[in-house]
Amino acid sequence: MSEFLSLPDAVARLVRPGAVVALEGFTHLIPFAAGHEIIRQNLTDLTLVRMTPDLIYDQLIGCGCARKLIFSWGGNPGVGSLHRLRDAVERGWPRPLELEEHSHSAMAHAYAAGAAGMPSAFFRGYVGSELTSVNPNIRTVPCPFTGESLAAVPALRPDVTIVHAQKADKAGNVLIEGIIGVQKEAVLAAKASIVTVEEVVETVAVAGGQNAVVLPSWTVDAIAVVPGGAKPSYAHGYYSRDNAFYLAWDVIARDRQTFRAWIDEHVRSAVPS
Amino acid sequence: MTYSSSEMMTVAAARALGNDDVCFVGIGLPSAACNLARLTHAPSLTLVYESGTLETKPTVLPLSIGDGELCETALTTVSVPEMFQYWLQGGRITVGFLGGAQVDRFGNLNSTVIGSYAKPKVRLPGSGGATEIATGCQRVYIVMRHNPRTFVHALDFLTSLGHGRTGRERRALGVRTEGPALLVSDLCTMRPHEDTKEFEVVSLHPGVTADQVRSQTGWPVTFAASVTETPAPTARELEVLRDLNARTAAAHGAVVGE
Repeated sequence: MSEFLSLPDAVARLVRPGAVVALEGFTHLIPFAAGHEIIRQNLTDLTLVRMTPDLIYDQLIGCGCARKLIFSWGGNPGVGSLHRLRDAVERGWPRPLELEEHSHSAMAHAYAAGAAGMPSAFFRGYVGSELTSVNPNIRTVPCPFTGESLAAVPALRPDVTIVHAQKADKAGNVLIEGIIGVQKEAVLAAKASIVTVEEVVETVAVAGGQNAVVLPSWTVDAIAVVPGGAKPSYAHGYYSRDNAFYLAWDVIARDRQTFRAWIDEHVRSAVPS
Repeated sequence: MTYSSSEMMTVAAARALGNDDVCFVGIGLPSAACNLARLTHAPSLTLVYESGTLETKPTVLPLSIGDGELCETALTTVSVPEMFQYWLQGGRITVGFLGGAQVDRFGNLNSTVIGSYAKPKVRLPGSGGATEIATGCQRVYIVMRHNPRTFVHALDFLTSLGHGRTGRERRALGVRTEGPALLVSDLCTMRPHEDTKEFEVVSLHPGVTADQVRSQTGWPVTFAASVTETPAPTARELEVLRDLNARTAAAHGAVVGE
């Protein structure tokens, strides 16, 4: 059963140094507040998993929290580069970053395989792509029925998945609406999970209709109530994406000192929620 | 009406789309072209974005692939695994729009690195959806600005398969979809030669010379037997495109997507 905890307590209890951690949310509902808590608690040597690293992984990587990144698209959406990610890959600053690079389709299939309890995922993909020559975790298997050569990747099984959602109810069930991305699969694939939410309501069953994405309380370990916890990304029905900040980040992250000053001011000295 | 080379490129790409197409849309130029087509000659064009939004009709261009606007104006929104499994891999998409940092003469694309993979000069964002869009959609249209650094003799890295490094690999690998069928730049439109699959110039945009295209292309570019002039944007096309860009700029507080 899920337990309501403060965000610092949830992260302290479930995220260990060296863990494989996925913070998911496809442009929408990116768990920024939880990522900032990881930085404040100085959790390092993490293997970070995420389809679109976005600004939150740029921040974690720039703070030296990550040893390895498993990803499929590492840019600032609609703006350009993630400069901290590039600095780590191109110049090893603040530490070298090992990459395990996939396509979106592969990552999506790998989370779904993790949620399904499968060891690996099979799909029609990577045909003719040189990603197969730089990532030994991309292999091929023949279909046992047709002989067609299929791509295979290992299932993703994070030690902990963290997502942000609109609502939890008092019984600890979670409702996610709008662009739902891979959150359900990433939570069900993980050994443990933390969900930050905008608010707690009486029951999510009514709020979400019959088929909205509900994570039952027994699939979630910790819930932390963090209003605004997805900013500067957005929470459908609560607040819009802060596109101006995504543009501003390009300037902040370009320079190491500017980046560190921003982190000190806006993350390390910020009062944990 | 005067117009920019970017507007010509967007208009030329939009014209390639029809009412019956189901289009997998990327951010930037493709998004502008697809929505221009929907707002002009192809009102029934179906747009799908990889964030899971099916049949979306945004009134402004999204800054990111997962803007709330896409979800709010969609018929329905599915999960990302479902998007890639049932809709792309399932063969439901007719046209995929792609770009990249580099394209070669056979429509192969690089969006991974400039330089070597192990020690890149520039680490680019990577595949995203492109690798499977390149083989999962019935056809691929490429939209890129023309210059010798982007239209290259040899890719630094092949992220997404076009017709292959020699033009023969796609068929040899047994890929059943057509692959890159159109390349639109700010100078010209190109289509693959029927046999060799090498992209050749089929139309020059108004005022562009063959020598200009030669000087901006990193391989000895070839021209089709009869090269036409791309029809200039109409007043209506320009009006709709500029309205769309103005609405987008007002909504985001910045110009995006061109």
